[in-house]
Amino acid sequence: MPLLKTGPLLKDGRLVGEDAFQPVADDAPLPASGAVLISYARWQAEKDQLGGRNSPLGISLPNTVDVLGFGPEAERFDLIVLNFPKFSDGRAYSQARLLRERFGYAGELRATGHVLQDQLWHMQRSGFDAFEIPREDAAEAFATAMQSFSHVYQPAADGRVSALKQRLAASRKKDAAE
Amino acid sequence: MYQYDQIDQTLVDERVAQFRDQVARRLSGEISEDEFKPLRLQNGLYLQLHAYMLRIAIPYGTLSARQLRGLAQIGCKYDRGWGHFTTRQNLQYNWIRLEDTADALADLAKIQMHAIQTSGNCIRNTTTDQFAGAAYDEIEDPRVWCEIIRQWSTFHPEFSFLPRKFKIAVTGSPNDRAAVRVHDIGLRMHKNATGETGFEVIVGGGLGRTPFIGKTIRDFLPRQDLLSYLEAILRVYNQFGRRDNIYKARIKILVHEIGIDTMREKVEEEFTATKDGALKLPQEAIDQIAAQFAPPAFEKLGGVAAEYANAFRTDFEFGLWARRNTFKHKQPGYSIVTISLKKEGEAPGDAKAEQMTAVADLAERYSFGEIRVTHEQNLVLPHVKQADLPALFRALKAYDLATPNVGLASDIIACPGLDYCALANARSIPVAQQIALRFKNWERAHDIGELKIKISGCINACGHHHVGHIGILGVDKAGEEFYQITLGGSADDQAAIGDLIGPSLNVRDTVEAIDTLVEAYLRLRKSSDERFLDTYRRVGLAPFKEAVYAVA
Repeated sequence: MPLLKTGPLLKDGRLVGEDAFQPVADDAPLPASGAVLISYARWQAEKDQLGGRNSPLGISLPNTVDVLGFGPEAERFDLIVLNFPKFSDGRAYSQARLLRERFGYAGELRATGHVLQDQLWHMQRSGFDAFEIPREDAAEAFATAMQSFSHVYQPAADGRVSALKQRLAASRKKDAAE
Repeated sequence: MYQYDQIDQTLVDERVAQFRDQVARRLSGEISEDEFKPLRLQNGLYLQLHAYMLRIAIPYGTLSARQLRGLAQIGCKYDRGWGHFTTRQNLQYNWIRLEDTADALADLAKIQMHAIQTSGNCIRNTTTDQFAGAAYDEIEDPRVWCEIIRQWSTFHPEFSFLPRKFKIAVTGSPNDRAAVRVHDIGLRMHKNATGETGFEVIVGGGLGRTPFIGKTIRDFLPRQDLLSYLEAILRVYNQFGRRDNIYKARIKILVHEIGIDTMREKVEEEFTATKDGALKLPQEAIDQIAAQFAPPAFEKLGGVAAEYANAFRTDFEFGLWARRNTFKHKQPGYSIVTISLKKEGEAPGDAKAEQMTAVADLAERYSFGEIRVTHEQNLVLPHVKQADLPALFRALKAYDLATPNVGLASDIIACPGLDYCALANARSIPVAQQIALRFKNWERAHDIGELKIKISGCINACGHHHVGHIGILGVDKAGEEFYQITLGGSADDQAAIGDLIGPSLNVRDTVEAIDTLVEAYLRLRKSSDERFLDTYRRVGLAPFKEAVYAVA
């Protein structure tokens, strides 16, 4: 899969001026140093050479990659880019949660492709912390969309406590007080 | 009944605010119809042939009197004084203006209701037995589990952009009234050898253009593991379900293509990794939800109420209605009452605002303020004292709501069809109306007995024609409406897909053919106890086929 063109990058609710990771095409030589972003295909082909590289390494994962296979290698990376070819193709939500929750990946998890304002809520709950957004002037609206709801009904990658467990904790506290 | 707490109310209010902003962005032109479409769909707003349609979620088909009264008021304020109850136990308004939708949703939020996830490729409203919490044959109240699923599936971050829509149904009774074998996931409660209650998990059932009966992926799932297991199935489906062709995107196709054994392996692998995680349900949490579904304060009653016995003796119409439209309650002296929305000549599932208000009032007077919606497009008063049945019957009759035809030939399921729906090939409602008129004679209708006729206006099968004892599917033949007839379908615990009887027929011949099929059944049956479906299973397609095509 070719690396998608990078758009303005939203991280921690703010625009990041310059992306630290330089995308490198599969047939281009890698710069000797500096943070680079490579494709999953290149990683598969050049794993041995790339393994020893001392600079930060990013990888773009097609949404067809089975994360149960790739997961153990995730900790090697400082950035994992997951792809939304269309907003309606939600495979990367599962990839994100598996990387965070099953494989303990702690680096940057970035959403790219057809990223819409009203999906940011789902993305950040699934473990994404960086988003390539369509326009710089949309940054504020996108950041606000992450705050759409005050409570959550289910556990996910963000560690928030579900309504069910909140109620349980409240009733236990009440019982203890009585 | 489940009541919202501060958390539920806040979320629904926030959803209204979010949608109000989305509509404003659309009306100002900031976002295009293409971008708006997925947003409106996730709020149940469809663009139909003539207007917007708003689909309201009725979680597991349970309504309070206050909610039903509110739905009637909203129907008057924003629609034309009607509501349409659907096969998904939901309610649709067919004439909504885009500009009004946020206000309509705000009014709904005031009665603890919404349109969240009534459309789109997400987990839809969970459906169940309309007699839940009341039926004599129930193992456990399935609404507790439906509510747990409702919460888990609402705004699910991972499963809001699935390959296709996803429907879960739960039955707490061995006599399946929730059609669990024709859902993406069906859950059937049962007890294991040690007396513990858990779930048989069925996956990959469904109707539509490729009907499948679901397959059992797990015989017994302990209760505390329900959500982990559901999440495991959904995670496998989200990653491996087909996205290249929307007609092959439902989980039934994945299960069919990889096989139930491979599916089970993948799901169990996922489940093993997560089962002891944050989704495991503590007994206290289950108890907290269950407490909200505690039975109402039933009176201890013994014997047969005099009013009931008298009315049975003296009032023929009442007797007819009580035999057909009531069902055995678990509490002695009480009955479950089904209110037919199938008066012959009316559109199946339609209710006028004044009828909804009347049912709300009657629920308060006679049924602890509770109402249910059935997937067969009727309403239910779940807890009526038998002594009150004669008075209830008279009150219902005044609103044209006492048609004694539940489960009979005129109790037809029909989708909206070409009268409303942009996807339809043919009309459904007029066919249903004409067939119902054929069975207007009560003596004949009751003699025929249980007969489930189901009509879909296109191959998407919203009218569940595949599982009708007689199924009717509208097709387009060079611009003319034709109908295919199937026989022997069933959605119960013996679920089966119907068999095609032969070439399609035009409207007139279709209505005639239904009559012919019924006459053939009356000739073929061994006794009046043998239902149409039983006779069909015994004698097969040939004699029915011959009867129809010899005449046509």
